[in-house]
Amino acid sequence: MTVLEQSGAYHLAPPPAWRPRRDPDPLLPDREPLRLLGTGAELDGELLLELYGQLVRGRRFNEQATALTKQGRLAVYPSSTGQEAAEVAAALALQEQDWLFPSYRDTLAAVARGLDPVAVLSLLRGDWHSGYDPRASRVAPLSTPLATQLPHAVGLAHAARLKGDDVVALAMVGDGGTSEGDFHEALNFAAVWQAPVVFLVQNNGFAISVPLAKQTAAPSLAHKAVGYGMPGRLVDGNDAAAMHHVLTDAVERARRGEGPCLVEAVTYRLDAHTNADDATRYREASEVDAWREHDPLVLMEQELRSRGLLDDAGAQKAGEEAERMAGDMRERMHQEPELHPMDLFDHVFAHRTTQLQQQAERLRAELEAAEAEGIPAAGEQDRHGQAHTDEQGSRK
Amino acid sequence: MSTATGTSLQPGAQPPREPARKPSTMAQALNRALRDSLAADPDVHVFGEDVGTLGGVFRVTDGLAAEFGEDRCTDTPLAEAGILGTAVGMAMYGMRPVVEMQFDAFAYPGFEQLVSHISRMRNRTRGALPMPLTVRVPYGGGIGGVEHHSDSSEAYYMATPGLHVVTPATVADAYGLLRRSIASDDPVIFLEPKRLYWGKDDWSPEQPAEVPAIGRAVVRRPGTSATLITYGPSLPVCMEAAEAAARDEGLELEVVDLRSLVPFDEETVVASVRRTGRAVVVHESTGFAGPGAEVAARVSERCFHYLEAPVLRVAGFDIPYPPPMLEKHHLPDVDRVLDAVSRLQWESEWRDGEGSGSAGEGVR
Repeated sequence: MTVLEQSGAYHLAPPPAWRPRRDPDPLLPDREPLRLLGTGAELDGELLLELYGQLVRGRRFNEQATALTKQGRLAVYPSSTGQEAAEVAAALALQEQDWLFPSYRDTLAAVARGLDPVAVLSLLRGDWHSGYDPRASRVAPLSTPLATQLPHAVGLAHAARLKGDDVVALAMVGDGGTSEGDFHEALNFAAVWQAPVVFLVQNNGFAISVPLAKQTAAPSLAHKAVGYGMPGRLVDGNDAAAMHHVLTDAVERARRGEGPCLVEAVTYRLDAHTNADDATRYREASEVDAWREHDPLVLMEQELRSRGLLDDAGAQKAGEEAERMAGDMRERMHQEPELHPMDLFDHVFAHRTTQLQQQAERLRAELEAAEAEGIPAAGEQDRHGQAHTDEQGSRK
Repeated sequence: MSTATGTSLQPGAQPPREPARKPSTMAQALNRALRDSLAADPDVHVFGEDVGTLGGVFRVTDGLAAEFGEDRCTDTPLAEAGILGTAVGMAMYGMRPVVEMQFDAFAYPGFEQLVSHISRMRNRTRGALPMPLTVRVPYGGGIGGVEHHSDSSEAYYMATPGLHVVTPATVADAYGLLRRSIASDDPVIFLEPKRLYWGKDDWSPEQPAEVPAIGRAVVRRPGTSATLITYGPSLPVCMEAAEAAARDEGLELEVVDLRSLVPFDEETVVASVRRTGRAVVVHESTGFAGPGAEVAARVSERCFHYLEAPVLRVAGFDIPYPPPMLEKHHLPDVDRVLDAVSRLQWESEWRDGEGSGSAGEGVR
């Protein structure tokens, strides 16, 4: 009872009838993450085999990239070991005309979408910020600032719809990224505009060292969707079949014009944040071991074997195929990238400003002077000033 | 604000058939530039807070939603990072977004999108993803705005490689520069001096003046005694100061309007200072690490042997923008400009009789 009511001095008109803008119930996620593997659900055997092949390749990619950091060939690598199911499902849920907006950890999704591994690793190798043409591949540059690529996905999907094109954008972010303002603004814009976007949150348990419990008080990250007016889906992120099912469903829903969707993949980062991180400082080995029991590759392999779709020969064949990819990747990553210092001044603007022209001329003079003295240009030297060794330990 | 509202273009109206030389305001010229850009290119999209039905708080987007539809002139949720971030995605898909930051200091939540993505997308993708977007930012003081409504943020933008930063000071330039900015294949921070929104000159919407290109300064007033280097809201102050100096002191001050801070038209500035031998940079934003510091450094590097005096700056104080009742003490005015001119070592005893020849005639 308000003060005015107590005084009895005024007749208060009843408030206008309130109604929720949307019925929240259909937007709410399930209480448990969706699982399909091991449930006896009806599944497409060919799809399962394709997912399996991609998972094996993805695991091998993660191992090879981590090895390359130890050989000084990659400046840093944020491994997605343990998260391969979410990565490959993201790539396989899209059609050719769709766009993928990955974060820095999502190299695997970009590779599974068909990009050259060496081009995808350009950012982490340090030879250029992005090694592929986003327009040709419809994969946005790997985004390092958290969640900032999400509004890009919304804008692109909105623009495509305005032009009448059948394009869906899938934007990937981690659990830590859901705390960023850009996450909120992107979801809000997407829902208001009913843009054909799918947000995939890979909840891998930690934002570097900070566990999810210190990141959010929400019941689940999928619950966040409801506040924006879009459905939230909760999925076992290590179950590639469930991931593919839910993401494909969300993508096709967006394609039909039914608006955006948020998918939370509950998964785990088996490796540290990057090769430079020490994960033993913030989590127990027993926790990691428990998640190893729920390895996405093991889950898929068990499913395939129990269905009679995979035998030892098939598993070996998949392993050999992944090994060929890794070998090719290793060989090409061991080649020194061709760098041209004068490229520094390209693509700052469409046309060089007078000031940039002057600076470019100064650098050119430096390079020519150095060449005259027989000193190699900066970009041709080893970043660490050391000789590389390949995996066999021989000097390159 | 009432002036702009009273004379604004009506929603759905045909392009105004006004007789040539009828005075127009800067806000009207900007509106016309947006209208002409929308009509000329279907990829141009205007969006931001209150730009649709309301026509913008300064009425710069008045009538655009009615004429071109809400898909081309769109009211967004209240979120600057979201506006700039979605503009990135639209530009990635080949559109030319023109977004409005409602007031200078309201743009700060979008700063990460500006510096982490908009400014460097072309560079990081080696030209594959240019960002042909225009960010309109009403800026500067002098309209009695309360806190966060009067900042001059140009130095932040200038310090970000990959952004063009332009600012008109006349009605004609407002039209010409905005058309050029929207047509540019690079991101442009288009700073609108809000206290000049209602300033009129004889620009005619029937014969819209074009500017040659982004990045060209212009000599607004020729002179021989000293150069005033300025832009945006400080141009009228400098023009008035130059008239007063001519009238009262017999000094002929040259006034250079930069129009574009990035790219910076070094040649026009250097040529002027080499003619006059003296320079004062005038702007509202803070002096310390402000735009004038860059201009003064460049002038010193390129004109050292032509200078009769150190390059001086007349700028806002190095304080957070003051409350409106005190802003007149903060903003550079005619007296402060004239005071700086008087400090330009006109006597220069140490050089007397050496006949450097570059000091303008009529100085003594």
